[in-house]
Amino acid sequence: MNVMMLLEMAAGAFDDRVALTCGGQSVAYAELFAAAGSAAVEIRAADAAQVALLDTSGPAVPVALFGAACAGVPFVPLNYRLAPSELDALAARISPALLVTDAEHSETIRKNGQPGFVEIHESASFSSRHLGASEQPDVWDMDPDGVAILLFTSGTTGVPKAAVLRHRHLTSYILGAVEFASAGLDEAALVSVPPYHIAGMAALLSNLYAGRRIVQLPQFEPGEWIRLVAAERVTHAFVVPTMLARIVEALDAGTDARSLASLTALAYGGGKMPLNVIERAMDLLPDTNFTNAYGLTETSSTIAVLDPDAHRAAAANADPVVRRRLTSVGQPLPTVEVEIRDAMGQAVPPETRGEIFVRADQVSGEYLDQGSLLVADGWFPTRDGGYLDEDGYLYLDGRVDDVIVRGGENLSPGEIEDVLLGHDAVADCAVVGVPDEDWGEVVAAAVVLHTGRRAEVEDLQALVRSQLRSNRMPAVIAFREELPYNETGKLLRRIVRAELSADSGASDAAQRPEETP
Amino acid sequence: MSELKVGARVRSSVCTTEGMVVACPPDGFELTCGGAPMVAVGDDPAPGYHLDSACAGGTKIGKRYVDESGALEVLCTKAGEGTLAANGALLSEKTAKRLPSSD
Repeated sequence: MNVMMLLEMAAGAFDDRVALTCGGQSVAYAELFAAAGSAAVEIRAADAAQVALLDTSGPAVPVALFGAACAGVPFVPLNYRLAPSELDALAARISPALLVTDAEHSETIRKNGQPGFVEIHESASFSSRHLGASEQPDVWDMDPDGVAILLFTSGTTGVPKAAVLRHRHLTSYILGAVEFASAGLDEAALVSVPPYHIAGMAALLSNLYAGRRIVQLPQFEPGEWIRLVAAERVTHAFVVPTMLARIVEALDAGTDARSLASLTALAYGGGKMPLNVIERAMDLLPDTNFTNAYGLTETSSTIAVLDPDAHRAAAANADPVVRRRLTSVGQPLPTVEVEIRDAMGQAVPPETRGEIFVRADQVSGEYLDQGSLLVADGWFPTRDGGYLDEDGYLYLDGRVDDVIVRGGENLSPGEIEDVLLGHDAVADCAVVGVPDEDWGEVVAAAVVLHTGRRAEVEDLQALVRSQLRSNRMPAVIAFREELPYNETGKLLRRIVRAELSADSGASDAAQRPEETP
Repeated sequence: MSELKVGARVRSSVCTTEGMVVACPPDGFELTCGGAPMVAVGDDPAPGYHLDSACAGGTKIGKRYVDESGALEVLCTKAGEGTLAANGALLSEKTAKRLPSSD
């Protein structure tokens, strides 16, 4: 097993057809295949144990990914917005590595003595050098245990864990989810998620295997995304929820939705999709098929999908059970098993919240330094809270680690956030637990109000108390201009928690009204 | 060739078919294509065989072929004229549930 197998098949079947477009540049399948072989020679000669890439999307990404696969070493896409000290720390963990990066980083890192990197190559010259190659690659290692990708995930503690994705995990996912050569000649997929996000890697692999031309957008900007869809007649795209929110905003602000007439399939994932955003998107783009894809880095991306039919059925149905499905992440893939377990590790029945456990060939659950976190019989604890309904639809309910434990009772931040978001002055909020001498933790909320609006702490507290039990009521409410998010739209709860914990010690914020048990 | 494992790359001795073993049962099995034993990619074809017309249904690139139990699965990586068989029983094309593209 090796992802090179997938590229070899694609090159064999699609040959001179365009595999990838970025800016003005196009790369054919056969070209990419030959480039992988050429890059592998360079990687082996450098004695690199890893191939790292620190850059936005571009042709260098698949050349480096498949070059590494051909050379039998892991590919490590890194977040290009890392601070120098963060980058140094990661470099030390993956040393000795060959680094492919943009001109600016190239220069800075060389100046600093390039610790950890045996060679540094500027992306544009790296890709053009190898894309010119004519020789076909040699046979490569088919060891299924070979590591294909190391992906650093942002942990709640802030120290990134490197998820180990082996060739067999990725190939299992692709073979299970994608039919070879299933894309029509006129199809094109717009990839605007970064290479250091599992969805970015999955998008490359799945579209190459399907034979769907990839259009890369290195920096997401809603206007440019819309323009590119029209200019390249993009038929398929994957976005994270914040991207869809901005695209919807642009359409509501006046951009003609007909610019997106070619877009038949829009998939989204990587975070919780606000209901109002997906509903609005479905209104604006009635001919587009929406798919919600739930997955983690550790599961080689998608393990459950809410397909287009389910989206339409939910939106059109008055039955609340069916309507609710629009907030679900759909049903597990046929090759995937999902179970909800309580804190004791026991499986629970439908409609009962617990932790989502998953088992499948595509699931890794292994980390570079921590080893395998799989539990008995190959099950992976996702640390995501959730529940299944009677028909096997999966609903997410925050991270297990984000549960607030107040007086021995578990409180879900999501439930409280939903209530606060129901107040029309509230634009955004994050609910976290902050330390408390009496209760262990108490509920705290960081709230962002709509411009020009006001709200009183007491009113927001009363709102929560009226809709949920009094112990859900935030003891602390702090108003903020904005909440901290990462580049792909994930709320950074640990930052909110740290800020509110620091505040609540010293502040005279909300006085706690009397509580009824 | 009975020691085939997952990831093994195989080729036909009598046509252009090539494949990769995606899943296999614990006990060994004899993999043939067009009636002739398959060999490892890179090895010479098994000598003395010709395409058996009873096993000439053809393989298609990208299709997956399974035995009755489903424990053996071979992905066709290069098309050819022969039909795949394991221990004499013809493999059938796996019908995959069509999933929406999610990446």
